[in-house]
Amino acid sequence: MRTIIFRTIAPYLTALMVLFSIFVLLRGHNEPGGGFIGGLIAASALAIFGIACGVASVRRAIVFHPMSVAGFGLFIGALAGTLSFFKNQAFMTSQWLIFDLFGVEVPLSTPLVFDIGVYLVVVGAIGSIALALEERETD
Amino acid sequence: MTPAAIDDTTLYAVLAPFAAAVVAPILTRWFKHNAAWPLAIVPGLIFLHFAGFIGPVSEGQTFVASMAWAPSYGVNFSVYVDGLSTLFALLISGIGTFIILYAGGYLKGHPQQGRFFSFLFMFMGAMLGLVLCNNLISLFIFWELTSITSFLLIGFDHLRAASRRAAVQALVVTGGGGLVLLAGFIVIINATGEIEMSVLLSSPDLIKDSGLYVPIFLLVLGGAFTKSAQFPFHFWLPNAMEAPTPVSAYLHSATMVKAGVYLLMRVHPLLGDTALWTTVLPLFGGITLLVGTILAVRMTDLKLMLAYTTVASLGLLVMLTGTSHEKALEGAVLYLLAHSLFKGALFMVAGTIDHEAGTRDITKLGGLRSAMPITFVAACLAALSMAGLPPFIGFIAKEVLYYGTWGWLELGLPITVTAVIGNSLMLVIAAAVAIKPFFGPKVDTPKHAHEGPVLLFAGPVFLSVTGLGLALIAHTTGVLFVGPTLSSLLGEFKSIDLHLWPTKINAPLILSVITIGLGIALFTQLDRLRAIIAGILAAIGWGPDKGFDQFVSGVVGFSAWITRHLQTGKMHTYMMLTFGFTALAVLLPGFLTNSLPAMPKMPEYRFYEWGIFFIAILGLIAVLIAKTRLTAIVSLGIQGFAVALIFMMFGAPDLSFTQFMVETLSVVILALVMTRLNLSPRDHRTAPAALGTGVIAAAVGLGLTLTLLAITQQPFDSRLSEFFTEYSRSIAHGRNIVNVILVDFRGVDTLGEIAVVVLAGLCVLALIRVRTKPEPDSEGSEPDVVQTQKAEAR
Repeated sequence: MRTIIFRTIAPYLTALMVLFSIFVLLRGHNEPGGGFIGGLIAASALAIFGIACGVASVRRAIVFHPMSVAGFGLFIGALAGTLSFFKNQAFMTSQWLIFDLFGVEVPLSTPLVFDIGVYLVVVGAIGSIALALEERETD
Repeated sequence: MTPAAIDDTTLYAVLAPFAAAVVAPILTRWFKHNAAWPLAIVPGLIFLHFAGFIGPVSEGQTFVASMAWAPSYGVNFSVYVDGLSTLFALLISGIGTFIILYAGGYLKGHPQQGRFFSFLFMFMGAMLGLVLCNNLISLFIFWELTSITSFLLIGFDHLRAASRRAAVQALVVTGGGGLVLLAGFIVIINATGEIEMSVLLSSPDLIKDSGLYVPIFLLVLGGAFTKSAQFPFHFWLPNAMEAPTPVSAYLHSATMVKAGVYLLMRVHPLLGDTALWTTVLPLFGGITLLVGTILAVRMTDLKLMLAYTTVASLGLLVMLTGTSHEKALEGAVLYLLAHSLFKGALFMVAGTIDHEAGTRDITKLGGLRSAMPITFVAACLAALSMAGLPPFIGFIAKEVLYYGTWGWLELGLPITVTAVIGNSLMLVIAAAVAIKPFFGPKVDTPKHAHEGPVLLFAGPVFLSVTGLGLALIAHTTGVLFVGPTLSSLLGEFKSIDLHLWPTKINAPLILSVITIGLGIALFTQLDRLRAIIAGILAAIGWGPDKGFDQFVSGVVGFSAWITRHLQTGKMHTYMMLTFGFTALAVLLPGFLTNSLPAMPKMPEYRFYEWGIFFIAILGLIAVLIAKTRLTAIVSLGIQGFAVALIFMMFGAPDLSFTQFMVETLSVVILALVMTRLNLSPRDHRTAPAALGTGVIAAAVGLGLTLTLLAITQQPFDSRLSEFFTEYSRSIAHGRNIVNVILVDFRGVDTLGEIAVVVLAGLCVLALIRVRTKPEPDSEGSEPDVVQTQKAEAR
């Protein structure tokens, strides 16, 4: 499968897909998208990159072991739910912080943090499965 | 009197040990064993906090504080402070302070000391929560938390098979009992409609009148008896001696094992004073007392002797609590206090001897009094209290309990005789523990014995001196500690008057003299007594401890049998069974009840909609006629994409989006799996086998179609849709309802799901690794396995 065309185009394609996945993740609260879909897109991006350029280079590129990315995602997902304790509210009550940045209204919220957690979990878990499957003893 | 509401400080006091558990490893890394000093401040402050309640509580006041936990289920994190919980909280935090110090000295230089402190603090927090919790469900949670943390503590030395076995045994027995208790609590909640202990206590006849008294009684007893090691569940407790000594000292003096006694005392106003209560409890308590003391006499290991006497003391406490008689209960409270103090001190002494002399077998010890003078004094003071001699709190406790049993009860004589025999044997053990290691000629010990550091002797000295001090100020002790606790047990305010010295010669004093005389007589014959008991036990040759092993191996054998027959290891069989049963489950009900859905009218479709159906069917045909597996996988992807398009057209963009990604990824991963597992590119099944699989597949498809049709023919209940349409913008600030539901309205579900995704990922990863090269770091686990086999061979 490692044709020269595929190998040349794969890094750009991967970069675009990762960018798109983040876009999908961030717009999820108002438009179709969200952490789960974004995570799946990013995981496909990793899989493509891995098929094209070898698993070792993917592992180098993402620095952390994908499973620890997933673990971190789960951690911040759970952490996002605990912020409400400080306001004496139930676990997972959403907190909102909406402020103005150069005239654009930027909403920050715990659901967003939670969604990022979901994204990381999906990227990490699916990505690590895909990478482990791609990995050959010779790689 | 209705409880007064207080602020949340007490709630934080319960949670403080958990915070300390987080900090402990860091502090230990910085200060080594001296971290014990700053860490001991935490239980010290908790002690001071609860000491503030002594005054008001002794005047008959009670307090509650509450914090919502899962309010929709009525589960709150709430505390109830009265005499009983104050006494326990003071014991847990007070003794806990010295246990932390002691652990600092005892495990000095141990590489895992930080972890040990951490476990100890978690255990302390669990225990505090248990004795203070007002809400039955949160009480249960802390109850099981004590089982889990004690599992960690008992199995701390996890490289030893004996430790692991003891830890598992304690967890199985006490954790299993905890589940029984949960059942009891649920029955209570259903029968009375109340979940807070303080509310139940304010109308004590609620349970007795509910008609469910007997099941509630038995279930609660199941929890209490397993936790407090009552016969026949007594075996786990001496085995728990595998834990490092600070744990034993803590477990036995103030905490874990007293949890069952605490529970019985707590529910005494609700369940006590019935014919069932006053027969079952004294019977089992009495048996436990005798069994415990007799087994203790046989032992020569200091810790085991003390452990069996703990079993005996718990039996005595249960027996006294079971009488439901005011004077006997007073004796129980006093004995509880006395036991916590002397047992904590003696365990620490035993640990110090072990630590400094290298053995704790009394036959190999002797003449340590000059080498370890401070420990010696502490041991003597504690042992005198344990033996029930004046002027110690153990003496007062014994006087009061004899006063309570003798002549006051219908069953006074058997209970008194049991108590006398038990107490005199207790005196034998106390004498053996205090005299054997310290008096007589100096014996050569494995280590050169000398006095331990201050961290080691601070606890025993303080606790044993407290046992003396509380007796010297007997009147105050009675007013401040015993009276309020007794009030909790009786459900009405009592003030009591305690004296150290008996005012006149009466029955209890005579019984005391008999006890002491009998004890001394038996002590002189200790070796002969030990031989006789060992002979009897050898003749019986079976005990609950052995029974536990037989039970465990039985369970293992049974599950191996089940596994052999159900889990053949052939993927093909699993898939056939799973899908076969799915087909039956979705098809059978419709056919049996003859309620098949009507065939719907075909609506008008536009040409592009037909186009998509066409693509889907094309994909399916391609799957069926595909020559190679890879083609089949890709063709299946075509069909999946068509379904995604259908989702998109009928107004589910999110679902369609996800479907697209899932289809893509499944094709990629299936292709990878194929190449990875070196499957042959073709399907080599025979025609009949393929036909069989096809029939099952078609049946599942038909079944799901019929189910879907049946569902869509139901009138649509739009309440949820309306709710989410209405509120997702205003409450959750999001226009995409699907996403809002996922991350906001049902965020906890999603949290659970992503946890599942992580776990599934880990499992798949592990499975992939198993098939290929063994990882170099997996060799680390091998010595453990070898050791287990060795241990089993032994």
